[in-house]
Amino acid sequence: MNTAQELRRHKRTSVLPLGLCVALAVFSAPGVARDVTLARSLAATCANCHGTDGRSRNPALPSLAGMKAETLMEALAHYRSGRRPGTVMPQIVKGYTEEQLRLIAAYFAAQPKP
Amino acid sequence: MIARRQLMAAGGLALAGCATTTAAPLGRVVIVGGGFGGATAARYLKLWGGTAIEVTLVERHGAFISCPMSNLVIAGARELASISHGYAGLQAQGVKCVRGEVVAIDPAGKSVRLGDGSTLRWDRLILAPGVGFMLDELPGLAAAYASGRAVHAWQAGAQTELLRRQLQALPDGGVVLMSIPKAPYRCPPGPYERACLIASWLRRAKPRAKLLVLDANPEVQSKKALFERAFAQHHAGVLEYRPNAELKEVAGGVARFEFEDVKADVLNLIPPQRAGDLVRDFANVNRRWVGVDWLTMQAQAAPGVHVVGDALMSAPGMPKSGHLANQQAKVAAAAVLALLQGDAVNPAPVVMNTCYSFVTPDEAMHVASVHQYDAAEKTMKTVPGSGGVSPAASAAEAAYAQGWADNIWADTLAL
Repeated sequence: MNTAQELRRHKRTSVLPLGLCVALAVFSAPGVARDVTLARSLAATCANCHGTDGRSRNPALPSLAGMKAETLMEALAHYRSGRRPGTVMPQIVKGYTEEQLRLIAAYFAAQPKP
Repeated sequence: MIARRQLMAAGGLALAGCATTTAAPLGRVVIVGGGFGGATAARYLKLWGGTAIEVTLVERHGAFISCPMSNLVIAGARELASISHGYAGLQAQGVKCVRGEVVAIDPAGKSVRLGDGSTLRWDRLILAPGVGFMLDELPGLAAAYASGRAVHAWQAGAQTELLRRQLQALPDGGVVLMSIPKAPYRCPPGPYERACLIASWLRRAKPRAKLLVLDANPEVQSKKALFERAFAQHHAGVLEYRPNAELKEVAGGVARFEFEDVKADVLNLIPPQRAGDLVRDFANVNRRWVGVDWLTMQAQAAPGVHVVGDALMSAPGMPKSGHLANQQAKVAAAAVLALLQGDAVNPAPVVMNTCYSFVTPDEAMHVASVHQYDAAEKTMKTVPGSGGVSPAASAAEAAYAQGWADNIWADTLAL
């Protein structure tokens, strides 16, 4: 099971009572649980501008929830290379590793579209 | 902690009956301070911890009033109500909101006492007091604030509106004085943004009035080239900026600086700052700021007590901003959940900053940075080659600034 699928499972289980306990039980493999919480924390660094869990309240800044991971990774790569112009994004994308961006993209892909 | 985790693995529901005073199996977290840092910690503990954790937020004010965007209120470009939000969103997420003031912290006994004599017990405590003002070294300043003769407006709310009213009452041809304290202080670009917006308003409303900006620092502290361009392009003739001028004393309507006395109709004196009084016991850096373990945001001086926001001894290159208080609070929330579960904390936390500044009510610019944990040096470090500032202020970035405000307010307060 890939990270995106794990993240979707996590999302479903987390609405249950004592969601954390259930989530911990689901992720019996400690490495996968670590990836999920790491992805969650990394994606939360985007929320100030793109909304909690990637759901933006203002059309000036796009929602990321439900965006395909490949689409987001391609946009980020183009910000990094300078092919895609921008204001803040070309500067901050360079502060994250590729692995961190992959976890972020997988996290947002697993969120329901706004 | 390990025993608790083993019990949970055996059956989380059974544990609820064992807890003495809370039904939340992971335990209780008390958060003090409902600004960007404290409110975000409450929001994310509930978002990530759900009903497994009991979260209580203590705040002395009834509403959150945003410092970011408050300079637009001072300049008459928006209303205070538009930067004010209640705590109902957090309550709807299950956060217990207590209006009150914490007067004593007992780290060993794991409790805090409130002004009304009541106590709150906790398994983890998160403190987000913001900044306090260093008034002792500036004779006359406290009295000038108390009488309304001087205004800081560096905590948004009544002071914001007072400065607005004083500017409206300024005679045309009058003088506004702003003083900027030595860094570090809350929001490095804030004073320069305020100077631009006041100058912009004066040019329209009081064309013969002047704004004198006296800065204790040797130069503009953030977005330097961009602010200097704005001063020259938009505000020449109204705004006069002088560096290396430190406020020493206030006497009546006179502000005394190192090399000159200044009389002005409006005194916007931004005071030197330190960690808020609530965390003075944990301010182990020059007795002014709180040093923390950046993996957990725990105070170096008090394990079990986490501190976020402007009260911190910042990591290199990390400004005191609402954005970073929000980001630090997410690191604290994740660490608190991990510690209460008996799990390892994230060994590689990341935080980032974006601060917009308006140079006129219609044009803004940004500074951005990304900070990754450096295990060897045990601090957050800016990533080489990342971050930067706008090439120029623009209308597009003014729209992004509003989008940023809408989203960070919603993220922080669960709006």
